[in-house]
Amino acid sequence: MMYERALSQKLLALADDELILAHRNAEWTGHAPILEEDIGLANLAQDELGHAMLYYDLHCALAGGTPDHLAYFRDAADFRNAQLVELPKGDWAFTMLRQFLFDAYELALLTHLIPSAHKPLAEVAAKIRTEELYHYQHSSAWVRRLGLGTEESGRRLQAALDEQWPLARQLFWQPESETALVAGGVVPPAAVVLAAWHARVVPWLAESGLRVPEAAPSALSREQHTPHLAALLADFQQVARRDPEAEW
Amino acid sequence: MPELTEPQIWHALEDVKDPEIPVVSVVEMGIVRAVSVAGGRVTVAMTPTFAGCPALHVIRQAIAHRVRALGATEVEVQTVLYPPWTSDWISDAARAKLRAFGLAPPAKHGGDVNLILYDHAPCPRCGSDDTSLRNSFGSTLCRTIYTCNTCRETFEQFKAL
Repeated sequence: MMYERALSQKLLALADDELILAHRNAEWTGHAPILEEDIGLANLAQDELGHAMLYYDLHCALAGGTPDHLAYFRDAADFRNAQLVELPKGDWAFTMLRQFLFDAYELALLTHLIPSAHKPLAEVAAKIRTEELYHYQHSSAWVRRLGLGTEESGRRLQAALDEQWPLARQLFWQPESETALVAGGVVPPAAVVLAAWHARVVPWLAESGLRVPEAAPSALSREQHTPHLAALLADFQQVARRDPEAEW
Repeated sequence: MPELTEPQIWHALEDVKDPEIPVVSVVEMGIVRAVSVAGGRVTVAMTPTFAGCPALHVIRQAIAHRVRALGATEVEVQTVLYPPWTSDWISDAARAKLRAFGLAPPAKHGGDVNLILYDHAPCPRCGSDDTSLRNSFGSTLCRTIYTCNTCRETFEQFKAL
Protein backbone atom coordinates (compact mmCIF):
# COMPACT_ATOMS: atom_id res chain seq x y z
CA MET A 1 0.00 0.00 0.00
CA MET A 2 2.81 2.39 0.99
CA TYR A 3 4.64 1.23 -2.11
CA GLU A 4 1.71 2.03 -4.40
CA ARG A 5 1.24 5.40 -2.78
CA ALA A 6 4.93 6.28 -3.28
CA LEU A 7 4.79 5.17 -6.92
CA SER A 8 1.60 7.09 -7.68
CA GLN A 9 3.13 10.22 -6.12
CA LYS A 10 6.26 9.79 -8.24
CA LEU A 11 4.13 9.49 -11.39
CA LEU A 12 2.21 12.59 -10.38
CA ALA A 13 5.45 14.57 -10.04
CA LEU A 14 6.60 13.41 -13.48
CA ALA A 15 3.24 14.38 -15.01
CA ASP A 16 3.05 17.75 -13.26
CA ASP A 17 6.51 18.80 -14.50
CA GLU A 18 5.42 18.07 -18.08
CA LEU A 19 2.04 19.79 -17.77
CA ILE A 20 3.36 23.00 -16.23
CA LEU A 21 6.31 23.26 -18.62
CA ALA A 22 3.92 22.66 -21.54
CA HIS A 23 1.83 25.61 -20.37
CA ARG A 24 4.85 27.90 -20.06
CA ASN A 25 6.04 26.92 -23.55
CA ALA A 26 2.56 27.41 -24.99
CA GLU A 27 2.68 30.99 -23.71
CA TRP A 28 5.15 31.71 -26.52
CA THR A 29 2.58 30.89 -29.19
CA GLY A 30 2.20 34.07 -31.21
CA HIS A 31 5.06 35.76 -29.32
CA ALA A 32 8.26 33.91 -30.28
CA PRO A 33 11.06 35.94 -31.90
CA ILE A 34 10.69 34.19 -35.29
CA LEU A 35 7.96 32.09 -36.90
CA GLU A 36 10.02 28.88 -36.90
CA GLU A 37 10.49 29.13 -33.15
CA ASP A 38 6.84 29.94 -32.59
CA ILE A 39 6.07 26.62 -34.29
CA GLY A 40 8.91 24.89 -32.46
CA LEU A 41 7.70 25.96 -29.02
CA ALA A 42 4.12 24.97 -29.83
CA ASN A 43 5.41 21.53 -30.85
CA LEU A 44 7.44 21.18 -27.66
CA ALA A 45 4.40 22.15 -25.61
CA GLN A 46 2.19 19.64 -27.40
CA ASP A 47 4.75 16.86 -26.96
CA GLU A 48 5.11 17.59 -23.23
CA LEU A 49 1.33 17.61 -22.89
CA GLY A 50 1.22 14.17 -24.50
CA HIS A 51 3.86 12.93 -22.06
CA ALA A 52 1.92 14.41 -19.13
CA MET A 53 -1.15 12.43 -20.28
CA LEU A 54 0.80 9.17 -20.31
CA TYR A 55 2.08 9.74 -16.77
CA TYR A 56 -1.34 10.89 -15.49
CA ASP A 57 -2.89 7.71 -16.95
CA LEU A 58 -0.37 5.60 -15.03
CA HIS A 59 -1.04 7.60 -11.87
CA CYS A 60 -4.82 7.20 -12.26
CA ALA A 61 -4.46 3.44 -12.83
CA LEU A 62 -3.02 3.23 -9.30
CA ALA A 63 -4.77 6.05 -7.45
CA GLY A 64 -8.02 6.59 -9.38
CA GLY A 65 -9.22 9.93 -10.73
CA THR A 66 -8.89 11.32 -14.24
CA PRO A 67 -6.15 13.36 -15.96
CA ASP A 68 -8.57 16.24 -16.59
CA HIS A 69 -9.55 16.42 -12.96
CA LEU A 70 -5.91 16.38 -11.87
CA ALA A 71 -5.02 19.13 -14.31
CA TYR A 72 -7.98 21.45 -13.84
CA PHE A 73 -9.30 20.94 -10.33
CA ARG A 74 -6.28 20.75 -8.05
CA ASP A 75 -4.92 23.80 -6.25
CA ALA A 76 -1.27 24.86 -6.35
CA ALA A 77 -0.44 23.20 -3.01
CA ASP A 78 -1.36 19.79 -4.45
CA PHE A 79 0.92 20.04 -7.50
CA ARG A 80 4.26 18.21 -7.33
CA ASN A 81 6.14 19.94 -10.15
CA ALA A 82 9.54 21.50 -9.53
CA GLN A 83 9.71 25.30 -9.22
CA LEU A 84 12.00 25.47 -12.26
CA VAL A 85 9.10 24.75 -14.63
CA GLU A 86 6.59 27.09 -12.99
CA LEU A 87 8.68 30.27 -13.25
CA PRO A 88 7.36 32.81 -15.79
CA LYS A 89 8.72 32.28 -19.31
CA GLY A 90 11.10 35.26 -19.04
CA ASP A 91 13.10 36.18 -22.12
CA TRP A 92 14.13 33.82 -24.91
CA ALA A 93 17.40 32.92 -23.18
CA PHE A 94 15.53 32.05 -19.98
CA THR A 95 13.06 29.79 -21.82
CA MET A 96 15.70 28.01 -23.88
CA LEU A 97 18.04 27.45 -20.94
CA ARG A 98 15.21 26.02 -18.86
CA GLN A 99 14.26 23.73 -21.73
CA PHE A 100 17.87 22.61 -22.06
CA LEU A 101 18.28 21.83 -18.35
CA PHE A 102 14.93 20.03 -18.30
CA ASP A 103 15.49 18.05 -21.54
CA ALA A 104 18.88 16.87 -20.28
CA TYR A 105 17.25 15.82 -16.99
CA GLU A 106 14.54 13.91 -18.86
CA LEU A 107 17.06 12.08 -21.04
CA ALA A 108 19.08 11.09 -17.97
CA LEU A 109 15.95 9.96 -16.14
CA LEU A 110 14.30 8.12 -19.05
CA THR A 111 17.46 6.12 -19.74
CA HIS A 112 17.14 4.76 -16.21
CA LEU A 113 13.35 4.31 -16.35
CA ILE A 114 13.40 2.15 -19.49
CA PRO A 115 14.53 -0.88 -17.42
CA SER A 116 12.01 -0.07 -14.62
CA ALA A 117 10.47 -3.02 -12.78
CA HIS A 118 7.08 -1.29 -13.11
CA LYS A 119 6.40 -2.38 -16.67
CA PRO A 120 3.85 0.31 -17.59
CA LEU A 121 6.39 2.97 -16.56
CA ALA A 122 9.16 1.28 -18.56
CA GLU A 123 6.90 1.28 -21.63
CA VAL A 124 6.05 4.97 -21.29
CA ALA A 125 9.74 5.84 -20.86
CA ALA A 126 10.64 3.96 -24.05
CA LYS A 127 7.83 5.73 -25.90
CA ILE A 128 8.87 9.21 -24.80
CA ARG A 129 12.63 8.97 -25.17
CA THR A 130 12.98 9.36 -28.95
CA GLU A 131 10.74 12.44 -28.94
CA GLU A 132 12.92 13.91 -26.21
CA LEU A 133 16.02 13.50 -28.37
CA TYR A 134 14.53 16.07 -30.75
CA HIS A 135 13.85 18.43 -27.85
CA TYR A 136 17.39 18.16 -26.56
CA GLN A 137 18.84 18.64 -30.04
CA HIS A 138 16.84 21.86 -30.36
CA SER A 139 17.42 23.36 -26.90
CA SER A 140 21.13 22.47 -26.76
CA ALA A 141 21.67 24.15 -30.16
CA TRP A 142 20.03 27.31 -28.81
CA VAL A 143 22.23 27.31 -25.70
CA ARG A 144 25.28 27.11 -27.92
CA ARG A 145 23.97 29.80 -30.28
CA LEU A 146 23.07 32.27 -27.54
CA GLY A 147 26.12 31.53 -25.40
CA LEU A 148 28.54 32.17 -28.26
CA GLY A 149 26.38 34.77 -30.00
CA THR A 150 26.54 38.43 -29.05
CA GLU A 151 27.59 40.02 -25.79
CA GLU A 152 23.95 40.60 -24.96
CA SER A 153 22.78 37.06 -25.74
CA GLY A 154 25.63 35.67 -23.63
CA ARG A 155 24.82 38.01 -20.75
CA ARG A 156 21.13 37.06 -20.81
CA LEU A 157 21.91 33.36 -20.93
CA GLN A 158 24.36 33.65 -18.02
CA ALA A 159 21.74 35.52 -15.96
CA ALA A 160 19.25 32.72 -16.67
CA LEU A 161 21.79 30.10 -15.65
CA ASP A 162 22.63 31.89 -12.40
CA GLU A 163 18.95 31.93 -11.48
CA GLN A 164 18.02 28.43 -12.64
CA TRP A 165 21.06 26.41 -11.62
CA PRO A 166 20.25 26.12 -7.87
CA LEU A 167 16.57 25.48 -8.65
CA ALA A 168 17.35 22.66 -11.07
CA ARG A 169 18.43 20.55 -8.10
CA GLN A 170 14.82 20.27 -7.00
CA LEU A 171 14.19 18.04 -10.04
CA PHE A 172 16.29 15.40 -8.30
CA TRP A 173 14.51 15.60 -4.96
CA GLN A 174 13.79 12.08 -3.72
CA PRO A 175 11.56 11.70 -0.66
CA GLU A 176 12.20 8.90 1.84
CA SER A 177 9.02 7.20 0.67
CA GLU A 178 10.80 6.35 -2.60
CA THR A 179 13.44 4.21 -0.87
CA ALA A 180 11.42 1.04 -1.48
CA LEU A 181 10.89 1.99 -5.14
CA VAL A 182 14.63 2.41 -5.62
CA ALA A 183 15.32 -0.90 -3.86
CA GLY A 184 12.73 -2.61 -6.06
CA GLY A 185 14.26 -1.29 -9.29
CA VAL A 186 11.17 0.80 -10.10
CA VAL A 187 12.96 4.15 -10.16
CA PRO A 188 16.70 4.95 -10.17
CA PRO A 189 18.44 6.57 -7.20
CA ALA A 190 18.37 10.36 -7.60
CA ALA A 191 22.16 10.51 -7.29
CA VAL A 192 22.58 8.37 -10.41
CA VAL A 193 20.28 10.60 -12.47
CA LEU A 194 21.96 13.73 -11.09
CA ALA A 195 25.43 12.45 -12.04
CA ALA A 196 24.29 11.60 -15.59
CA TRP A 197 22.66 15.03 -15.94
CA HIS A 198 25.75 16.77 -14.64
CA ALA A 199 28.03 14.89 -17.04
CA ARG A 200 25.84 16.01 -19.94
CA VAL A 201 25.14 19.65 -19.10
CA VAL A 202 28.33 20.95 -17.45
CA PRO A 203 30.68 20.45 -20.44
CA TRP A 204 28.03 21.78 -22.85
CA LEU A 205 27.49 24.92 -20.78
CA ALA A 206 31.22 25.53 -20.45
CA GLU A 207 31.77 25.06 -24.19
CA SER A 208 28.94 27.53 -24.75
CA GLY A 209 30.96 30.20 -22.98
CA LEU A 210 29.06 30.07 -19.69
CA ARG A 211 30.32 30.11 -16.14
CA VAL A 212 28.68 27.23 -14.27
CA PRO A 213 27.73 28.45 -10.78
CA GLU A 214 28.71 26.66 -7.59
CA ALA A 215 26.01 24.10 -6.91
CA ALA A 216 24.14 24.81 -3.73
CA PRO A 217 22.23 21.62 -2.91
CA SER A 218 18.54 22.45 -2.86
CA ALA A 219 16.66 21.65 0.31
CA LEU A 220 13.34 22.24 -1.43
CA SER A 221 10.80 19.46 -1.60
CA ARG A 222 8.34 19.28 -4.47
CA GLU A 223 5.61 20.40 -2.07
CA GLN A 224 7.04 23.93 -2.06
CA HIS A 225 5.99 26.36 -4.76
CA THR A 226 6.46 30.00 -5.70
CA PRO A 227 3.39 32.27 -6.04
CA HIS A 228 3.88 31.94 -9.82
CA LEU A 229 2.24 28.51 -9.83
CA ALA A 230 -1.06 29.74 -8.39
CA ALA A 231 -1.07 32.56 -10.95
CA LEU A 232 -0.41 30.10 -13.78
CA LEU A 233 -3.21 27.80 -12.59
CA ALA A 234 -5.66 30.70 -12.28
CA ASP A 235 -5.11 31.29 -15.97
CA PHE A 236 -4.90 27.65 -17.08
CA GLN A 237 -7.87 26.37 -15.05
CA GLN A 238 -10.31 29.23 -15.33
CA VAL A 239 -12.40 27.94 -18.23
CA ALA A 240 -12.74 24.41 -16.85
CA ARG A 241 -13.64 25.69 -13.39
CA ARG A 242 -16.25 28.08 -14.67
CA ASP A 243 -18.38 25.14 -15.79
CA PRO A 244 -17.16 21.91 -14.16
CA GLU A 245 -19.96 19.87 -15.76
CA ALA A 246 -19.14 20.96 -19.31
CA GLU A 247 -18.30 18.19 -21.78
CA TRP A 248 -15.41 18.71 -24.19
CA MET B 1 -24.65 -13.40 -40.84
CA PRO B 2 -21.32 -15.30 -41.11
CA GLU B 3 -18.75 -14.57 -38.47
CA LEU B 4 -16.23 -11.82 -39.23
CA THR B 5 -12.67 -12.90 -39.96
CA GLU B 6 -9.44 -11.14 -39.08
CA PRO B 7 -8.34 -10.65 -42.72
CA GLN B 8 -11.72 -9.02 -43.42
CA ILE B 9 -11.11 -6.52 -40.65
CA TRP B 10 -7.53 -5.76 -41.71
CA HIS B 11 -8.83 -5.17 -45.21
CA ALA B 12 -11.60 -2.83 -44.00
CA LEU B 13 -9.15 -0.83 -41.90
CA GLU B 14 -7.32 0.10 -45.11
CA ASP B 15 -10.23 2.52 -45.56
CA VAL B 16 -9.35 4.38 -42.37
CA LYS B 17 -6.93 7.18 -43.23
CA ASP B 18 -4.64 9.19 -41.03
CA PRO B 19 -6.62 12.45 -40.69
CA GLU B 20 -3.46 14.56 -40.99
CA ILE B 21 -2.20 12.60 -44.04
CA PRO B 22 -5.38 11.50 -45.85
CA VAL B 23 -3.55 9.48 -48.53
CA VAL B 24 -2.28 6.69 -46.27
CA SER B 25 -4.22 4.22 -44.13
CA VAL B 26 -3.70 3.48 -40.46
CA VAL B 27 -2.64 -0.04 -41.49
CA GLU B 28 0.06 1.22 -43.89
CA MET B 29 1.31 3.63 -41.21
CA GLY B 30 1.83 0.73 -38.80
CA ILE B 31 -0.63 2.23 -36.32
CA VAL B 32 -2.84 -0.88 -36.19
CA ARG B 33 -0.89 -3.53 -34.31
CA ALA B 34 -3.32 -6.43 -33.84
CA VAL B 35 -6.85 -7.55 -34.61
CA SER B 36 -8.79 -10.33 -32.91
CA VAL B 37 -12.31 -11.66 -33.27
CA ALA B 38 -14.38 -13.60 -30.75
CA GLY B 39 -17.95 -14.11 -31.98
CA GLY B 40 -19.37 -10.67 -32.75
CA ARG B 41 -16.79 -9.01 -30.56
CA VAL B 42 -13.77 -7.40 -32.25
CA THR B 43 -10.68 -6.03 -30.54
CA VAL B 44 -8.27 -3.75 -32.40
CA ALA B 45 -4.95 -2.74 -30.84
CA MET B 46 -3.51 0.55 -32.05
CA THR B 47 -0.43 2.52 -31.08
CA PRO B 48 0.15 6.28 -31.23
CA THR B 49 2.83 7.72 -33.52
CA PHE B 50 3.71 10.75 -31.38
CA ALA B 51 2.44 10.65 -27.77
CA GLY B 52 0.80 14.07 -28.02
CA CYS B 53 -0.80 13.47 -31.44
CA PRO B 54 -4.18 15.25 -31.39
CA ALA B 55 -5.53 12.96 -34.13
CA LEU B 56 -5.50 9.91 -31.84
CA HIS B 57 -9.09 10.08 -30.66
CA VAL B 58 -10.31 10.72 -34.22
CA ILE B 59 -8.40 7.65 -35.43
CA ARG B 60 -9.77 5.57 -32.55
CA GLN B 61 -13.35 6.57 -33.39
CA ALA B 62 -12.83 6.01 -37.13
CA ILE B 63 -11.50 2.49 -36.51
CA ALA B 64 -14.45 1.60 -34.26
CA HIS B 65 -16.90 3.08 -36.76
CA ARG B 66 -15.43 1.14 -39.69
CA VAL B 67 -15.43 -2.19 -37.84
CA ARG B 68 -19.00 -1.66 -36.63
CA ALA B 69 -20.05 -1.07 -40.23
CA LEU B 70 -18.90 -4.64 -40.98
CA GLY B 71 -21.52 -5.91 -38.55
CA ALA B 72 -19.51 -6.34 -35.37
CA THR B 73 -21.77 -6.12 -32.33
CA GLU B 74 -19.03 -4.92 -30.02
CA VAL B 75 -15.76 -3.18 -30.87
CA GLU B 76 -12.97 -2.39 -28.49
CA VAL B 77 -10.06 -0.21 -29.64
CA GLN B 78 -7.15 -0.65 -27.25
CA THR B 79 -4.10 1.61 -27.09
CA VAL B 80 -0.78 -0.15 -26.72
CA LEU B 81 2.52 1.67 -26.14
CA TYR B 82 4.98 -1.17 -26.47
CA PRO B 83 6.92 -1.71 -28.62
CA PRO B 84 6.93 2.06 -29.30
CA TRP B 85 5.87 3.07 -32.81
CA THR B 86 8.72 3.73 -35.21
CA SER B 87 8.65 5.36 -38.64
CA ASP B 88 10.39 2.18 -39.91
CA TRP B 89 6.93 0.56 -39.77
CA ILE B 90 5.59 2.82 -42.55
CA SER B 91 5.14 0.45 -45.50
CA ASP B 92 6.92 0.96 -48.82
CA ALA B 93 3.59 1.53 -50.55
CA ALA B 94 2.78 4.26 -48.02
CA ARG B 95 6.19 5.87 -48.54
CA ALA B 96 5.46 6.23 -52.27
CA LYS B 97 2.04 7.76 -51.45
CA LEU B 98 3.60 10.20 -48.98
CA ARG B 99 6.06 11.30 -51.65
CA ALA B 100 3.26 11.82 -54.19
CA PHE B 101 1.39 13.82 -51.53
CA GLY B 102 4.43 16.14 -51.26
CA LEU B 103 5.61 14.82 -47.91
CA ALA B 104 9.12 13.30 -47.91
CA PRO B 105 9.15 9.92 -46.14
CA PRO B 106 11.74 9.34 -43.41
CA ALA B 107 14.68 7.04 -44.15
CA LYS B 108 14.67 3.63 -42.44
CA HIS B 109 17.02 3.88 -39.49
CA GLY B 110 16.82 0.61 -37.56
CA GLY B 111 16.81 2.52 -34.28
CA ASP B 112 20.10 4.36 -34.94
CA VAL B 113 19.75 7.70 -33.15
CA ASN B 114 22.17 9.46 -35.51
CA LEU B 115 20.04 8.49 -38.48
CA ILE B 116 16.89 9.56 -36.63
CA LEU B 117 18.17 13.02 -35.76
CA TYR B 118 20.27 13.75 -38.82
CA ASP B 119 17.97 12.24 -41.41
CA HIS B 120 18.31 13.54 -44.95
CA ALA B 121 15.23 14.26 -47.08
CA PRO B 122 15.31 14.17 -50.90
CA CYS B 123 12.91 16.71 -52.39
CA PRO B 124 9.52 15.05 -53.09
CA ARG B 125 8.85 17.52 -55.93
CA CYS B 126 11.99 17.46 -58.09
CA GLY B 127 13.86 14.52 -56.54
CA SER B 128 16.98 16.57 -55.77
CA ASP B 129 19.25 15.42 -52.95
CA ASP B 130 20.46 18.95 -52.35
CA THR B 131 18.09 20.00 -49.54
CA SER B 132 18.54 21.83 -46.22
CA LEU B 133 16.72 21.42 -42.91
CA ARG B 134 14.84 24.61 -42.07
CA ASN B 135 13.16 23.61 -38.83
CA SER B 136 13.02 20.38 -36.80
CA PHE B 137 9.42 21.27 -35.99
CA GLY B 138 6.62 21.75 -38.47
CA SER B 139 2.88 22.16 -38.87
CA THR B 140 2.17 18.93 -36.94
CA LEU B 141 4.18 16.98 -34.36
CA CYS B 142 5.25 14.46 -37.00
CA ARG B 143 6.67 16.90 -39.57
CA THR B 144 9.90 18.82 -40.14
CA ILE B 145 10.48 21.58 -42.69
CA TYR B 146 13.08 21.47 -45.47
CA THR B 147 14.01 23.70 -48.38
CA CYS B 148 15.13 22.27 -51.73
CA ASN B 149 18.24 24.07 -52.99
CA THR B 150 17.54 22.95 -56.58
CA CYS B 151 13.88 23.80 -57.21
CA ARG B 152 13.73 26.26 -54.24
CA GLU B 153 10.48 24.76 -52.96
CA THR B 154 9.90 24.43 -49.25
CA PHE B 155 8.56 21.01 -48.30
CA GLU B 156 7.79 18.89 -45.26
CA GLN B 157 9.19 15.57 -44.21
CA PHE B 158 7.52 12.97 -42.01
CA LYS B 159 9.82 12.92 -39.00
CA ALA B 160 11.91 9.84 -38.31
CA LEU B 161 10.97 8.29 -34.97
